[in-house]
Amino acid sequence: MARKVTSRRMAIVTVVAWAVGFAIFFPILWTIITSFKTEAEAIASPPKFLNFHWTLENYITVNERSNYFRHFMNSVVISVGSTLLALLIAVPAAWSMAFVPSKRTKDILMWMLSTKMLPPVGVLIPIYLMFRNLGLLDTRTGLVIVLTLINLPIVIWMLYTYFKEIPVDILEAARMDGASLKSEIIYVLTPMAVPGIASTLLLNVILAWNEAFWTLNLTAAKAAPLTAFIASYSSPEGLFYAKLSAASTMAIAPILIMGWFSQKQLVRGLTFGAVK
Amino acid sequence: MATQHSRAAARAMLSPSVLLLLAWMIIPLSMTLYFSFLRFNLLMPGMEEWAGFDNYRYFLTDPAFWYAMRNTLVLVGGVLVITIVGGTLLGLLLDQDFFGQGIVRVLVIAPFFVMPTVSALVWKNMFMNPVNGLFAHFAQALGLQPFDFLAQAPLLSIIVIVAWQWLPFATLILLTALQSLDSEQLEAAEMDGASPLSRFIYIVVPHLSRAITVVILIQTIFLLSVFAEILVTTNGGPGYASTNLTYLVYVQSLLQFDVGGGSAGGVVAIILANIVAIFLMRMIGKNLES
Amino acid sequence: MGQITLNKVRKAFGDVEVIPPLDLRIEDGEFVVFVGPSGCGKSTLLRLIAGLEDVSSGAIVIDGKDATDVPPAKRGLAMVFQSYALYPHMSVRKNIAFPLKMAGLSKSEIDKRVDNAARVLNLAAYIERKPGQLSGGQRQRVAIGRAIVREPSAFLFDEPLSNLDAALRVNMRLEISELHNTLATTMVYVTHDQVEAMTMADKIVVLQAGRIEQVGSPLDLYRTPSNKFVAGFIGSPRMNFIEGPEAAKYNAHTIGIRPEHLDVSNTEGAWKGVVGVSEHLGSDTFAHVLDTGLSEGMTVRASGEVALNHGDTVFMTPQPDKIHRFDEQGLRLS
Repeated sequence: MARKVTSRRMAIVTVVAWAVGFAIFFPILWTIITSFKTEAEAIASPPKFLNFHWTLENYITVNERSNYFRHFMNSVVISVGSTLLALLIAVPAAWSMAFVPSKRTKDILMWMLSTKMLPPVGVLIPIYLMFRNLGLLDTRTGLVIVLTLINLPIVIWMLYTYFKEIPVDILEAARMDGASLKSEIIYVLTPMAVPGIASTLLLNVILAWNEAFWTLNLTAAKAAPLTAFIASYSSPEGLFYAKLSAASTMAIAPILIMGWFSQKQLVRGLTFGAVK
Repeated sequence: MATQHSRAAARAMLSPSVLLLLAWMIIPLSMTLYFSFLRFNLLMPGMEEWAGFDNYRYFLTDPAFWYAMRNTLVLVGGVLVITIVGGTLLGLLLDQDFFGQGIVRVLVIAPFFVMPTVSALVWKNMFMNPVNGLFAHFAQALGLQPFDFLAQAPLLSIIVIVAWQWLPFATLILLTALQSLDSEQLEAAEMDGASPLSRFIYIVVPHLSRAITVVILIQTIFLLSVFAEILVTTNGGPGYASTNLTYLVYVQSLLQFDVGGGSAGGVVAIILANIVAIFLMRMIGKNLES
Repeated sequence: MGQITLNKVRKAFGDVEVIPPLDLRIEDGEFVVFVGPSGCGKSTLLRLIAGLEDVSSGAIVIDGKDATDVPPAKRGLAMVFQSYALYPHMSVRKNIAFPLKMAGLSKSEIDKRVDNAARVLNLAAYIERKPGQLSGGQRQRVAIGRAIVREPSAFLFDEPLSNLDAALRVNMRLEISELHNTLATTMVYVTHDQVEAMTMADKIVVLQAGRIEQVGSPLDLYRTPSNKFVAGFIGSPRMNFIEGPEAAKYNAHTIGIRPEHLDVSNTEGAWKGVVGVSEHLGSDTFAHVLDTGLSEGMTVRASGEVALNHGDTVFMTPQPDKIHRFDEQGLRLS
């Protein structure tokens, strides 16, 4: 709507929107601020907002003491690994459903989605027992397998909606131009699909990074990613606010940045294309 | 483009996904179903025996189940109300022109990217803690008695934490829906003499109804499985005051090692989720056709 | 070489038969246009020739070899799509080079052929741009360039001009005709626009509901349409049809007379009517004549500027040798 907005109205909206945005963001901001305090200042009453002695000692302590780096790497390996594995399986599937649809394509898509709606607690016991018997409990491999499977339907769906937007004409043109199936995929489909694949990848790393049911139930110490590691702060170390904040900040920072990049795709991915 | 050749290739490319998901769905599900009819405790291996519907009888008559059921519904309902009302208002706000739109949007979305264990711990310790939490500091500053949120209103506290995490999701989707509203429709309504309020009621709300349904259904699927927030904050307590179905099944099977009972609870949870899923699938399926 | 023969080619999607068994022969070097209303199966027929769809039964023979089960890439045909189907991530140069790269030609040979095509099609100035930065007409030229570099045995065009504006369409029409004159390669061209068919074709194939209604040169179809459908489809403005007693005078169920074959007079003539809407184009004057008592309304075309205005009474006389007679089934009576 090309409409002139009065500057008064705009000023009011600006103030309200910033106030609301700040309030919603505040818990994260407070965590970040607290991570730079000493433990004493972290629980000082009245609370100190900016007028304290800024320090990095919490970050150093957390890294030294609790092998933070190992858990961080677990998170990286598990989230990136499961996403890449899921992409590897999903790209061909999404390709075939988007470009060679059959009568059953729609049913297959819906069925895949329905597996995502299975409450994890409904299959917790069998998975737990199977993993115990196979020696997969508290291993990165085990978590990569589980997260690949639970995110596979979303990956397929996202890729499917992206592939659907590539005009079939162009692939047919490639075929007329003498491209084999392989060159069609390498030279035409893949370059056109890269943006879609990239945002699928991004969103799934985020989902896998934050997954907090299987990661909590299937790991103990060795393979625990950051979700489980942070949970171990719940007591009694949670009372060390500054260290908790430092650990939390490090755990959420990478994903917060990735998330901001992927906000557009987020809606589409999480609603299975129902809202664009 | 559907030729014999490409169809054969397509089938070959689709089958790994189908087989994997089929296995992922059928094997654990049938095991859960099977376990739910067994007397099976991990502390007494080798003592499994057929139990018929006993597990279901125990599970469904246990007062804990009804607490959990009630808590699950209150948790899901409470979060839905907060996020949808809040999300609509926020969506309308962010849809306006103002200075720094992009930055404010980023601030609003941020909570969605915070892992559940972090947000639960941050709220629990740094805000809701009755001694050192920020809320307690404010209460003291105002001369009030600090309130122990997680002990005295555990379910409400968890609802607040979960709602904070999901508000960005609802906002983002409703904002996207608002932005897809054809401005010519609004201008036509304005030419037809509709006031801002009637434009909102007759044009904007019907346009949003679809997105709201999607938000309700998708959030419900995830909210039925809230787990980490409870584990980290209240451990389901005090008593069963903040135990939901997911958490109850976890306690039963992995803390009390009662696989049979836990599986029966799992089956109940599956049935509950399926009821929601059926509606969601219909919506998405319709969208697939259009 | 580019001789294509369709033998009893039939196509069904599930239970729906879109093309009943059909025979057609396209000679080497011919410009053949498939024309018909939307949904008549003309695009499907082209896609069957291209190999983008499988035939349900029958055979497609290209240059004497059975190509029915040959994949599109191996048929030696090139296609220009309605949407142009350019590769958006490749520059104009890479787009045009793509089929050559797929054919495994050497780098220097590819460059030579691409530069040559770019020169012929006036694309040299845009050669490093991406399709997104080109206008509709330029994209169209790139699509054609991509087709000609392969030196195919035949070109297939699927409504290539329908996304262009009117002026550009006339230009591109001429360019494609010119290209056909230069290359003398077989071209199969699909359109719903009878003007394109009339102006470009050596041979027109009129299709309706998957069936061939008539095959012939443009003027054959204009002069002796074999049925009412073709008579009504070819020629603009549309032929006037008259039934009833007036047709019976000519021993026919229906007679047809083209607007340009009616002589107009203010004073006397065979048929009388009142001018409704009149369109003055300068070169021609079209008048829609009402209240003739013959049919709902008749269109008259007079050459040059003629004073026909709303409400005028006019008389029309058909040129006797230009009357087309049809029987009850709509077939031509000779």
